[in-house]
Amino acid sequence: MLHRRNPQLNRHGELIHLLSIEGLPRDVLTHILDTAGTFLSVNDREVKKVPLLRGKSVFNLFFENSTRTRTTFEIAAKRLSADVINLDIAKSSASKGESLLDTIANLSAMHADMFVVRHSESGAPYLIAQHCAPHVHVVNAGDGRHAHPTQGLLDMYTIRHFKQDFTKLSVAIVGDIVHSRVARSDIHALTTLGVPDIRAVGPKTLVPGDLRDMGVRVCHSMAEGIRDADVIIMLRLQNERMSGAMLPSAGEFFKNYGLTADKLALARPDAIVMHPGPINRGVEIESSVADGARSVILPQVTFGIAVRMAVMSIIAGNEA
Amino acid sequence: MKILIKGGRVINPATGRDERADVAIATGRILGIGHVPADFQPQRVIDAAGCIVAPGLVDLAARLREPGHEHEGMLESELNAAAAGGVTSLVCPPDTDPTLDEPGLVEMLKFRARKLSLCRLFPLGALTRGLGGEVLTEMAELTEAGCIGFSQAEVPIVDTLVLQRALQYAATFGYTVWLRPQDGWLGKGVAASGAVATRLGLSGVPVAAETVALLTIIELVRITGARVHLCRLSSAAGVALLRAAKAEGLPITADVSINSLHLTDVDIGFFNPAMRLTPPLRQGGDRDALRAALADGTIDALVSDHTPVEGDMKALPFGEAEPGATGLELLLSLALKWGADSGLPLATTLARVTSCPVRVLGESLGSLASSAGQLLPGGVADVVVFDPEATWTVEPGRLLSQGKHTPFAFEATGTALPGRVRATLVAGTVAHESLEARTG
Repeated sequence: MLHRRNPQLNRHGELIHLLSIEGLPRDVLTHILDTAGTFLSVNDREVKKVPLLRGKSVFNLFFENSTRTRTTFEIAAKRLSADVINLDIAKSSASKGESLLDTIANLSAMHADMFVVRHSESGAPYLIAQHCAPHVHVVNAGDGRHAHPTQGLLDMYTIRHFKQDFTKLSVAIVGDIVHSRVARSDIHALTTLGVPDIRAVGPKTLVPGDLRDMGVRVCHSMAEGIRDADVIIMLRLQNERMSGAMLPSAGEFFKNYGLTADKLALARPDAIVMHPGPINRGVEIESSVADGARSVILPQVTFGIAVRMAVMSIIAGNEA
Repeated sequence: MKILIKGGRVINPATGRDERADVAIATGRILGIGHVPADFQPQRVIDAAGCIVAPGLVDLAARLREPGHEHEGMLESELNAAAAGGVTSLVCPPDTDPTLDEPGLVEMLKFRARKLSLCRLFPLGALTRGLGGEVLTEMAELTEAGCIGFSQAEVPIVDTLVLQRALQYAATFGYTVWLRPQDGWLGKGVAASGAVATRLGLSGVPVAAETVALLTIIELVRITGARVHLCRLSSAAGVALLRAAKAEGLPITADVSINSLHLTDVDIGFFNPAMRLTPPLRQGGDRDALRAALADGTIDALVSDHTPVEGDMKALPFGEAEPGATGLELLLSLALKWGADSGLPLATTLARVTSCPVRVLGESLGSLASSAGQLLPGGVADVVVFDPEATWTVEPGRLLSQGKHTPFAFEATGTALPGRVRATLVAGTVAHESLEARTG
C-alpha cells in the first residue's frame, strides 16, 4: 500500500499543522524550542504582545472539556495578537447532533485561520486537517490517547532548560502510560531528541509490555524505574481509573508508584520532577515533592505559553 | 435461453478440468462442455477468446443491508454488485434490522432475490432471537424458509451455557452454526493490539480475543458434535488452533476475508477510516499465516466480507467510524492476486471461491449441492467468464455497490488489480456482462 506523506508537513518539509510529534525531524523540534526561547521574554514585557498573528482568527475547538489547556492556548494566541474564539463544543453542536465535519465546514465559512482542537477520539485532528480549507492550520491540543504534542514540546523545553544536553539523560515516566497522550508525545519527542534511556513505570495494567515498541524500557518496580533518573515525569491518574479492573484503589497506587521524598532519593541528586497537571496530591505525588525544590511543575506552565506561541507562529507562516 | 460460450479456457476447480472448450447452456443447465450437440442453435454467443470460463463465485459473507439499513445498501444494488463481481451465490448474515429470526423475513428476502435473478441468495438465520444471546430461534422453521445455517453475526454469545445449548440443539438436526470467534469483552477495541495501535493510541483487540473464543467453541464442538463454520479468522494463533481442531477430526470449517488476506495494521497509516474493519487488521505474521492456511486448505474459503457503509459513517475519527468495506466486486481480483503472489495454479485459487465454499455449505444447498461451484454437464449453469490478463483500477465511485468505501481504491494503493469479469450467468441467464462480451 502507498502511504501519503506526513499530513502535518508541506512539500518542503515545513510544519503546516501540529498533529503529533511522531515523524517530525529533530531540526523541526529544535526550531520550535528555539523560537519558544525568543517568546519567553515577551511574557516578561509590560506590553505582552507581538503582532505576528494580527488579523488572524484562532478557534479553540474543545470537543472535550479542558480549562487549563484551553486557557494557555488562548493566552498564547492573544500574545501573538490573534482574535480568539472559544467554542465549547462538548456543550453545543455535538449535543445537537451536528457531525464533526459539518462543524468544521461551518467554522471554516467564518474564515477561521487556525483550529486548536481537543477531542476524545484518537486521530480526530487528522480528520479535521484533511477536510479543512488549505489555508487553515490545525493544532492538536490532545486527541484521545494518541497525542498532546504541545505538552510534549513544553516538556522538552523544560528538560532542555534545566538539563541542556538530551543525549546523556535518563528519563522516567511514571503512571498511567497506556491511556496517556502526554506520555506518547513525550516518548516520541525524547527519542527524536536523542535521549538514550527512557523508562515507562507502572503496573502491567497501565504499562503493558507493548510499550517497548515505542522504544522505552518497561519497569514495573518504582525503585528500578526511577533509580539514577535525571528527569521524572509523573502522569495524572484519571479518576475513572482509580478503582476498578485497572487498579484496586488510589491508595494502593500511591503506595507502589506515588512519588514521595523517600523514593525521590533514589533518583540523581539533581533530578527534576515534572507533571502535566492538574496534580492529584497524595495519589501520584506527595505534596512535599510537588512543592519541593526539585519540582519544575510551575515553570512547565510558564514555558507552555511560549511553546504554544512558537507553534502557532511557525505553522501560520508556512503554506500548505 | 440457449447460450454458447465460445472459445474460452474452461476451468472446473473441483475436478481439475482445464482445457479450451465451448460451453453450451440451455434451460438453466449446462448442456455440454466441449461436445456441443450439432443441432444446438444458440440465441446468444458469448465470445470468451482469451478468457477463463469458471464456475460462478460463491461468497460466504456478504451483507446486503436489507431490511433495515437501506440507506447503506439495497438488495438490488448489492446483488448487481455481486453479478458484476462474478459472484453467483452468496451467504448473508442475519444482522439486519429486524434480524433474520422470523421465517417470514427470510422468505421475503429469498423471494425478492429470486425475482431479481442476479445472484442466488442463501441467508443465515439468527441463532438466538434478535441476536440477543438468550433464546434460541425456531431453527426448523427458518430452515424451511430457506436458511442454510445459523449465526450470531458480530454479536458474541456471552453466556456459554446458551452457546452450548445452541450447539446441542443445532447438532440434533444437523444444522451448521456459523460463528465469528471473538470474545465479547476482549474484543471491544477498535484496532488490533500491537505496535500500531499502541503508537496511535487506539484501543486494542488482542489476539486472545480470537483464541479465547476459539478454545471455547472448539471444546463445545468436542462435547456437542455440532458442525461449526468459523467466520473470518484474523490471527496466526487462530489458524494454529483451527489446524489442530481439523487434525483431530472435529467438524469445523473456516473462512478468511479479502481484507485480512491482503492488509495489515500498518495500512491504517494516519488513521485511515477505510481500514476500520472487523475483525481488525493484524500484523504481517498473521497475514502470512492466513495466506498459507488458505493455500494449503486449512482455511476452506475466501470471502468478500462485503459491508456497504454509508459515506458519512466513515467521515469520522477512526474509532467512531463504522467498520466494514465493500467487497463483492473485488473478490475475484483479490483472489487472483493472492493466488499469483503465492504461486498457486489458477484452479487452486478459484477453488477457494467456488467448490470449497460449496463444500462448506454442504447438504444445506439441497439439490444444488452436487453441481453448484462446479462446471459439469447437466449441472446448474452458474458461470463467470473473466479475462485474467486484464487489469483494472478500483475507483469507488464507479462500483455498482451502494457501499463505496474500500481499502483497495487505486487512489490509496496505487496498484491495479488483475482479472476483469466479462460475463456472469446465473441459472443460465445473463446477470451481468461487460461491453467487451457483447458480440452476438
